[in-house]
Order: sequence, then structure tokens, then C-alpha cells
Amino acid sequence: MKIVVTSVFVDDQEKALKFYTEILGFEKKTDVPAGAYRWLTVVSPEDRGGVELLLEPDAHPAVGPFKKALVDDGIPCASFAVKDVQAEHDRLVKAGVHFTQPPIHMGPVTTAVFDDTCGNLIQLAQMH
Amino acid sequence: MPDLFEALATPARRKILDALCERDGQTLFEICARLSVKSNLSMTRQAVSQHLAVLEEVGLLTVTRQGRYKHHHVNTAPLNQIVERWLKPTPPEANP
Repeated sequence: MKIVVTSVFVDDQEKALKFYTEILGFEKKTDVPAGAYRWLTVVSPEDRGGVELLLEPDAHPAVGPFKKALVDDGIPCASFAVKDVQAEHDRLVKAGVHFTQPPIHMGPVTTAVFDDTCGNLIQLAQMH
Repeated sequence: MPDLFEALATPARRKILDALCERDGQTLFEICARLSVKSNLSMTRQAVSQHLAVLEEVGLLTVTRQGRYKHHHVNTAPLNQIVERWLKPTPPEANP
């Protein structure tokens, strides 16, 4: 058994695809129609055979309150590994991304948290 | 309702203020992370939330909303009450 797909709930799949590819730098992997929505995944160019991130519609009524509660308390719904949190932070800020937490050393890890513009907070993590 | 001294009497609440003095305007998530990693305090998010509410009640903390985010700020102004009460030559009957 292995993890192949994990997901984030997004408010708009097309907007999410743009943000996750053009701003973050992931690549589109799968894009197939699924009813009113799409089975839409992105993958890291550093590991094209690796775990796919599903940009999942957040239309289910339970998802809205769940996402809002997490954002309210500043809790990220996913965490991505980067080589240099500070460099990624600077690059993304320049691209207009809003961070709720700038890079901070937390023992063995440096983390930062940003808004993915689709209703989620995402953590960047760099292990030392 | 807790007073300033009760609010400050709890070590966890002093640690929270320490954390906010390191960087003002943190989310609850960041405060929790700092407490567990830097201060080695293992508290539930709910417990931290309750401590924040006490600090807010006595005015040592303010919460601002920036769009969908909630940030916590330290406010040291109430600490002046301590200074004024004992360190200034004011008559004791002025402070019930």
C-alpha cells in the first residue's frame, strides 16, 4: 500500500490550477471530467512520479465551515517540503502571495504559512 | 472576571506573552507551535485558546481580524497599573 493522491479542498478548480502551477510551480498531471467537476491533480516537477495533489471541489456543505475554522486559527491543511523556506517565502511574496506566518525556526524545522487563495492555508517546511 | 494579577499568575499565560513578544500578531497555530517547540509546553489548542481569552479579558492581548485571518497582539498598557500602584508615590486609598 502506498499514498498516491492526497487532496486540498478548493473553491474554484480553474483558479486553483493556475495558483498551484503558475505561482507555486507544480505541474498538471491528470485532468479528466468528473460530473460537474474535474479529477484534477498536480505534481511536483522534482518528483513527477510522486504523490499527486488533488484539487478537490469544496462544494460539500460540511467543507465550508471546516475550512473557515482552520483558517480562523491559522491552521494549514497541507505541508510542502522546500529546500529553503526563506527563499520560497521571498519568491512567493514577490508574486503577491500572502503569508500568515513568516519563516520561523522551530527546532529541527523552519516553517512558514501562506494563503493559497482557494480558502486554505499551506505550510512550507524545511528540515535542518 | 479575572484581574490582571490572576491573568499573569499562570506560567502558561506568561509564556504566551513571551511568545507574542518574540513576534507580535501571531495566529493561534503559530502560538501553539511556539509553545510546544520553544517552550516545551504541551497544551491542547483549546487550552491555549482559553488562556488567550483570559489575557484578552484583562486587556493584555488584542485580537485583530485581517480578512479571514485572526491575529493576536500583545498589549502592555495594563502593566502600567502595576507601576502606578506601587512605584509612584500615590496615596494607597486611590487604589482599592
